[in-house]
Amino acid sequence: MKYLALIYGRPEGSPEYGSEEWGPYMAGYEAASKTYNDDGVFVAGEALQPVETATCVRIRNGETTLTDGPFAETKEHLGGFYMLDCDSLDDAIKYAKLIPSAQHGTVEVRPVMTFD
Amino acid sequence: MTTAPDQIHRALDRVIRADRGRLVATLAHSLRDLDLAEDCFQEAITRALANWGKTGLPKSPQAWLLSVARRHAIDTLRRSKSFAQKSADIAMLTAEIAQETHEVSDIPDHRLRLIFTCCHPALDQSARVALTLQTLGGLTTPEIAAAFLVKTPTMAQRLTRAKSKISKAGIGFKIPEAADMAARMQSVLQVIYLIYNEGYRATKGCDLIRINLCEEALFLARLVVSFLPDEAEAQGLLALVLFSMARRHARTEESGKFVPLEDQDRSQWDKHMIFEAQNLLESALKKGRIGVYQLQAAIHGLHCQAETAEQTDWVQISHLYGLLAGIDGSAVVRLNQAVALGFSGQGAQALALIQQIEHLLADYQPLYAAKADVHRRNNQFEDAMHAYNRAIALSTLPAEVAFLQGRLEECRAEIGENSVAQKKRPSKARP
Repeated sequence: MKYLALIYGRPEGSPEYGSEEWGPYMAGYEAASKTYNDDGVFVAGEALQPVETATCVRIRNGETTLTDGPFAETKEHLGGFYMLDCDSLDDAIKYAKLIPSAQHGTVEVRPVMTFD
Repeated sequence: MTTAPDQIHRALDRVIRADRGRLVATLAHSLRDLDLAEDCFQEAITRALANWGKTGLPKSPQAWLLSVARRHAIDTLRRSKSFAQKSADIAMLTAEIAQETHEVSDIPDHRLRLIFTCCHPALDQSARVALTLQTLGGLTTPEIAAAFLVKTPTMAQRLTRAKSKISKAGIGFKIPEAADMAARMQSVLQVIYLIYNEGYRATKGCDLIRINLCEEALFLARLVVSFLPDEAEAQGLLALVLFSMARRHARTEESGKFVPLEDQDRSQWDKHMIFEAQNLLESALKKGRIGVYQLQAAIHGLHCQAETAEQTDWVQISHLYGLLAGIDGSAVVRLNQAVALGFSGQGAQALALIQQIEHLLADYQPLYAAKADVHRRNNQFEDAMHAYNRAIALSTLPAEVAFLQGRLEECRAEIGENSVAQKKRPSKARP
């Protein structure tokens, strides 16, 4: 069963590049990715450019409108994701807990829909 | 051979009451789908009602129901679009059917898995409670709705949503791994505690459906302890429920009026339950892993040991509440500590503690009831009346209101007598 782990956080909430916390933070991501690969659960995973780079696309009555910024005005923004293939939600949660951003942001775990 | 309908209903009721959890757990274990398991079990009940009248009661109603439910599951899976995906499940069910016997003891008991699934922390807490009552306790949706004072469709939706999440999100039908065990156990015990607490509150309101929740909590706590006898907190919770239930008959008058602990007829307390609870608590405490349920059970235990209200060891009880506040520093626990201090003659400390937490418990009825009581014991009747009025305004249970009104009148009488006594005293003439 595939699960998407959506990583949310506030820009000011996560360690800054060059700060003392940056090294351990990145090492945490490397360690998580290594575990996912070693355990054979990794399907995909990427970090996203900051929310200022987001563009929303909407088509109404055949007309396309583009708006600058994210879909929802929230304090925590989507910053990256992993897709993991796990046996159960418990396993998915176990792997999601390895994501360093879970320490200060929120990781939302969602099962991928299977059409049957 | 035919069997009378009422005989069938009685037989079915008995099976559902005693074995529903076990049968649904067996089905859910094979199907890995609680929703489907429940549906198939329901279908088996329907067929039993239709068939047993003609064929007579089967040798083992449990085995009959399980067999029919399994066959119905196979039919349902065959009709589903992802037949190929489900073929492994069908093979497993077919193998299980081949091994069926009439012996109930041959039916595996997977209820512990079921309770861990129903109490999974990924589910909304109110859904965990409802789901546990339905799948393990065998309560119907209208019964659960009535017990928690919500409308039946609301409760039905809550249950459906929870079952759908279990299946769609892949909440595994298994015993948690060692690393997760403590947290998952806590969630299970919390669900049982909430059920007990709701039932206990209802004993003040003589509401029969809700009183049954205490029986459910007792049944569930026993189930967990029977599976996991090494869990000190599970034993502590079972002891707590037993201590509390031992006093249930003394807690209400025939008229339904609530009787507070200090006024209860202690000869009505159930000595067997108290004895069982004391043994359980001792066994739990020996394990050296103290927790909130063991501490609460110990407090109840001290109440149950006292032969008269006056003999209650309030000093020890306020000490135990202090320990409890150290683990669970909630304002409600500190309020109970204040009540115990009040009873142990430390009225000033009690009021100081109430003052500290009052802002945290605004509009919390028990705070004002406790505050009123401490003032009354300190002979501060005006302050007591003020708090009683507040408590009465916040009460929802008629029995409780009646009790508080009685206390309020006592205070009014005290003030009346004092003021009469004061007026009789010769007053100094003003210059």
